[in-house]
Amino acid sequence: MSAFPWLTTLGLLPLIGSIVVALLPKSKPTLAKQVSLVVSGAVLALTIAMALQFDGASTQPFQFVESYPWIPSFGISYSVGVDGIGLVLIALAATLVPIVILAGWRDIEGDQESEGSVKGYFALILALEALMIGVFAATDVFLFYVFFEVMLIPVYFMIGRYGGPQRSYAAIKFLLYSLLGGLFMLASLIGLYVVSARELGSGTFDFLSLVGLEMDPNTQKMLFLGFFFAFAIKAPLWPFHTWLPDAAAQSKPGTSVLLIGVLDKVGTFGMIRYCLPIFPAASEFYAPVVIGMALIGIFYGAYVALTAQDMRRLFAYSSMSHFGFIALGIFVFTSSGQSGSVVYMVAHGLSTAALFLTAGFLMSRRRDSALIADYGGVNKVAPVLAGFFLVAALSSLALPGLVSFVGEFLVLLGAFERYLWVGALGTLGIVITAAYVLRLYQKSMTGPANPSIEGMTDLKGREITALVPIAALSITLGLYPAPLLNVINPAVDWTMNTISAVDPEPVVSSDGSQP
Amino acid sequence: MNYSPPAIDYVAIAPMIVIFGAAIVSVLVEAFTPRSVRRYLQLLIVFGSLIAAAALIVINASTRVVTAGQAIVIDGPALVLQGAIVIIALLGAALMAERSIDSVGDAFASRVSSLPGSEEEKQFTQRGYLQTEIWPLTLFAVLGMMLFVTSNDLLIMFIGLEIMSLPLYLMTGMARRRRLLSQEAALKYFLLGAFSSAFFLYGAALVYGYAGSITFPEIAQTVTSKPGESLVLMIGLGMVLIGLLFKVGAVPFHQWVPDVYQGAPTAVTGFMAATVKIAAFGALLRILYVAFGGVRWDWEPIIWIIATLTMLVGSILAVVQSDIKRMLAYSSVAQAGFILIGVAAASAAGIASTMFYLIAYGFTTIGAFAIITMVRDAGGEATNLATWSGIGRKSPVVASAFAVFMLALAGIPLTSGFVGKFGVFAAAIEAGMVWLVIVGVVASLIAAFFYVRVIVVMFFAQPTDQTASVVVPSAFTTVALAAGAAVTVILGVVPQPVLDLVANADVFIR
Repeated sequence: MSAFPWLTTLGLLPLIGSIVVALLPKSKPTLAKQVSLVVSGAVLALTIAMALQFDGASTQPFQFVESYPWIPSFGISYSVGVDGIGLVLIALAATLVPIVILAGWRDIEGDQESEGSVKGYFALILALEALMIGVFAATDVFLFYVFFEVMLIPVYFMIGRYGGPQRSYAAIKFLLYSLLGGLFMLASLIGLYVVSARELGSGTFDFLSLVGLEMDPNTQKMLFLGFFFAFAIKAPLWPFHTWLPDAAAQSKPGTSVLLIGVLDKVGTFGMIRYCLPIFPAASEFYAPVVIGMALIGIFYGAYVALTAQDMRRLFAYSSMSHFGFIALGIFVFTSSGQSGSVVYMVAHGLSTAALFLTAGFLMSRRRDSALIADYGGVNKVAPVLAGFFLVAALSSLALPGLVSFVGEFLVLLGAFERYLWVGALGTLGIVITAAYVLRLYQKSMTGPANPSIEGMTDLKGREITALVPIAALSITLGLYPAPLLNVINPAVDWTMNTISAVDPEPVVSSDGSQP
Repeated sequence: MNYSPPAIDYVAIAPMIVIFGAAIVSVLVEAFTPRSVRRYLQLLIVFGSLIAAAALIVINASTRVVTAGQAIVIDGPALVLQGAIVIIALLGAALMAERSIDSVGDAFASRVSSLPGSEEEKQFTQRGYLQTEIWPLTLFAVLGMMLFVTSNDLLIMFIGLEIMSLPLYLMTGMARRRRLLSQEAALKYFLLGAFSSAFFLYGAALVYGYAGSITFPEIAQTVTSKPGESLVLMIGLGMVLIGLLFKVGAVPFHQWVPDVYQGAPTAVTGFMAATVKIAAFGALLRILYVAFGGVRWDWEPIIWIIATLTMLVGSILAVVQSDIKRMLAYSSVAQAGFILIGVAAASAAGIASTMFYLIAYGFTTIGAFAIITMVRDAGGEATNLATWSGIGRKSPVVASAFAVFMLALAGIPLTSGFVGKFGVFAAAIEAGMVWLVIVGVVASLIAAFFYVRVIVVMFFAQPTDQTASVVVPSAFTTVALAAGAAVTVILGVVPQPVLDLVANADVFIR
């Protein structure tokens, strides 16, 4: 294994970039954007270099491991490392950040609503990137918690300083909800520490030491709930979702992409990484409840999306429905379900990015209106924009050939393997998804051109450059998901072994080819 | 009858002797030196003696001794708390020494004896009189606090309490601006404080009646050896607790806190908010753990209830405040509740985490009040939250520092407040008090709301006509502010050295 501190470098690079950007003179906004783009590009390059070094056949649970004591009094260390799941999510973050920077090139200036400076926004994006990498790379539960909480601050400022008219309300709602979850997680975290001190002699937060810790069932259930609560708010699952539509509707498109596309994945990532291996018995005990919440979320989100008037709220509710699928895949305890969930996380990140960015481009052409009724017939005046919107929409409804289909298919397969009726209900959810996505496309893009969009310009070079990689990734990974699955499957197998869950027969083949 | 004077270990109590001597000299300087040199002499005495005391505490670091006929004990907690008091008092003194923020001079009334609004007062102000009476008072208050945390019997503890409190009552009434408010606060503080001291004294008498001794070790012995419940003991203990809980500002003995915090000159508020809390919690820890450790089953539930009430009432009332000093006052009530969680744990970890929390809280508080002294409009300090609107845009550095203090008080990771909270919560869960921690978590969330609200006002709101401006202070305030911010961040990022320090000092000796 290479001794190069990959993950620390990867985290420090955007952090330093963020400080540099923040220190640039206010009078040079373009320079700030250029520096941000270069830094995020370098992070992406570094991520790719690291991913190429990743050994899919390794028997170690984590690779690129680094560990240094941090607060020995509390058994806390700075320990990082990635498994396949962490790796793909870091890659997702590293991919989306430069895209968001490019797409948001002109989002801040000339905007009367926002008052923060241009460089501030981009500095916050880079700071957030550093924290996102940290949260997916941490292998010390305390370190994870620190990233989990500190991450709120840049997002809070991104919503609160750069959002729409109701931004302050949305920002504080987001913050308080997240803090509530975080504090319950903190209580559990301390409980876990105390249990580990009792069981292992000295307290620790090292993830691998905590896995397989003997706990009496009641303690385990309580601690599980603290963690799960935080993750369910983050993800968010029904009924902890109410902050999401407000945050999505008030944020800049770039903020929404990072918030929903990447940050919310921390919730589902946390479930699969922490809840299952550390609290296997409790996870099993609460699985029916979680599956119930997931199913309600799938339908409730889809139903509200069906009636939504505001595009961004529609995307938020649709995301909630998708998070239901992801949680479902995790808590049916099958390897295909869990692999599917991870693929779904990536796919949802990509499709959310495509939707919010395309919608953002659309809205920037019509005084920032997000009302679906304000549009219609866009495909006649701006065919390229409409085309990208279609790809994004189809990716959201999981059309075969796109990566979201792979995720959704595996999740449903996993669900069917375990509980027939859950799979059947989940499948019904797809139908509603198709309905609201197609309704959105039909109302906004097709039909007679709405008078208000006359003279609308089509997408320009920069905007197309931002969207092309997303569409390309969606399609490539949709047609050939093997690279993704090869990385994810060992990690999922490790989780499954740890919680000694056994797949019901038949098992989906793990080489990634779709049956 | 033969009387042999108790042996006194002068080296061990040297820090207190230094402060005591300095306080006496400071009074003499006030009385006998010409006005022109007084300030310089006083500053020399105050800073010199505090630094000397801090150095002596460091030199004494490994001292563990009971001296002065069992009246005073120098042990780990005593040294750590004394050190914290002295160093934070240094920063507090720096705030009080500031003379370039207020164009008229400093933050204190030209002649405290002059009637507010009178012709006499106007003349004094016009002549530019500045007083230096604050300095001997500060030194006596610090001496009282140091004695408070080292006292090993009820009487010395009472004396420490009074030496600490009396100067503070006076200092509260010394504000240059809004003098009526300040004097009202002083009177209120004095009356309620005297009342609570009486409770303490009466409780001490009852405990003496029960145990036949006033020293903590002997009380402890009687408490553990005498069989059965004793009403006298319980009432005595309860009354002693009332006296101490009043000083820490725990609910329901907190009514004085908002008025006094608001009325006192802000530099004094910062000084006493930070140091009194340390001293009073130090005394509370010692009396509960050393003297009444044997009946912890009796006092633990009381502390649980008080802690719960304190956290919730403090946090909830802070939410509705529109004055920043009152908000921080209620916040300090809520913080007292969190610290009580550590006290309730009744373990070595409880002592260590409580001390860490106190240190972290002290530095953060000094820093926060330092900034309040700098945010001003035409009427002096602008404490109405509405006048802070948009300050983050006008003075980003100062506002960011204040944001750091707010985040620390809210307990966000990578700040000292988080490590402190983590410590007391961990100690409490170890002691099996899961519910208390859950209440703490809920209260933390409520508290986070109003801490974050200040950040919202500073950064998200537009500056208006009423927005105050941030005055550039002299080196005094700057140093205090920088030290507060630096410690807040350092204790959040690399807390290990201080954690080691408190962990090595978590044993009371008898």
